[in-house]
Amino acid sequence: MSTETTVTEVKKPAEALLSKRRKKLISDPLIDSNPVTIQVLGICSALAVTTQMQPTLIMAISVIFVVVMSNFVISLMRNTIPSRVRIIVQLAVVATLVTLVSELLRAFAYDMYKELSVFVGLIITNCIVMGRLEAFALGNKPYDSVLDGFGSALGYSWIILAVAFFRELLGSGNVFGVPVYDSIAGLIGNDFSLARNGLMVTPVGAFIILGLIIWVQRTKTGYVEH
Amino acid sequence: MQQSNTYIITFSIILTVVLGLLLSGTSQVLGPLQRKAEELDAKKQILGAVLDGAQLKQMKPEEVLSFYESRIISKVVDIEGKEVTQNPDGSPIVAEKVNVGKNYKMAPESRMYPIYVFHAEGNPESVESYILPVYGAGLWDEIWGYVALQTDLNTIEGVTFSHKAETPGLGARITSPDVQQRYQGKQIFDESGNIQSVWMQKGEGKDYANDSDKVDGLSGATITANGVNNMLKNYLQYYSSFLSNQKSSQQSEVVAVN
Repeated sequence: MSTETTVTEVKKPAEALLSKRRKKLISDPLIDSNPVTIQVLGICSALAVTTQMQPTLIMAISVIFVVVMSNFVISLMRNTIPSRVRIIVQLAVVATLVTLVSELLRAFAYDMYKELSVFVGLIITNCIVMGRLEAFALGNKPYDSVLDGFGSALGYSWIILAVAFFRELLGSGNVFGVPVYDSIAGLIGNDFSLARNGLMVTPVGAFIILGLIIWVQRTKTGYVEH
Repeated sequence: MQQSNTYIITFSIILTVVLGLLLSGTSQVLGPLQRKAEELDAKKQILGAVLDGAQLKQMKPEEVLSFYESRIISKVVDIEGKEVTQNPDGSPIVAEKVNVGKNYKMAPESRMYPIYVFHAEGNPESVESYILPVYGAGLWDEIWGYVALQTDLNTIEGVTFSHKAETPGLGARITSPDVQQRYQGKQIFDESGNIQSVWMQKGEGKDYANDSDKVDGLSGATITANGVNNMLKNYLQYYSSFLSNQKSSQQSEVVAVN
């Protein structure tokens, strides 16, 4: 886990609900400082759950919920948290939220609960969550922290959804379980069929897709690692 | 800022209590819903061994439960194939309530073995298949499933597998229909009448249509596949007395009819 210890202080009185600065809090992590492609955090789950779109979407929603809520809670408590035990406090809050998500899935979406199994629990170890808490929520007001968390989680979500789109399409010929390959083959004729790429179903496929996304993105934005 | 130890300890205690209450409260509230979802899931899995997955998916929860009610009769046998109707404490046994996973921790001789009989609607006598639960260990955690046997008690009608924590995309594929379909029509007894079970092979993409005891493997999930193999072999052994009892009673019926 990479730890960012610099706490960014942003303070200004009576600001518009969605001022330019606040919009930037959401939009920045989408491309310019994307947690997955630029900061290279949360790779583990980006590889693990992205074989199909549907579980990936559930995972994305779960991560958005956990990051936003934990940012909010920690930001509310930021002046009372004893600094010597702050990591443990953050961990306890995050773990509680993740358990809540897991319990809710188990009650209302049992199939998804089974499918995602350990990976919902592993949101606890998703570096994006703790990263945002340490880097932002500890030093900023609740509303800003919520926006920041939402932006980061959204940045994570669109990347894993993009990876899942290509993996499911190329690996299983489906998108959201809809048999795209078979439909195309059906339109053209009986002798026509599209080959599925088994590599895409394995984690290796995720590495390749993710690598390509990072490559395309860095070529466009001209980002260089320092 | 530096806080006193008392502050830190008080803070930690309050935090722990609040979070603990929150979690146990949720668990209490959601508990009944979760148990309902699990019951529905278990019945779906049992039916999954004999029904087409797509057909089962279209059914609403109440439809699944009423279909189950009208088509499945369950009973419990011991290792010798004799029917058990009472718990050691005298309470009646319900097959659906038997936790195969908990029984797995006991010695095979003292376990209870549920059997689900799939029969024609309205006629429990006209059996269509016998569904046997199986249980074992995968790579990370437990795996379980149901094997449906045709009335010859030899040919596999269908199987369904589930898992707790196998790797998604690798071992978790044992739940996918195309893997489970590989078992259809395979035979659990060899020519001399011994249990041969059905074995998932190493590697993937080969055709085992002519082998009655082999199915195509799972690439990248050999340990899960081995787990499935052991699970099938063990449980078919455990059920073998029941199967042979059932077979001989079938034969005597045929003789009586003649």
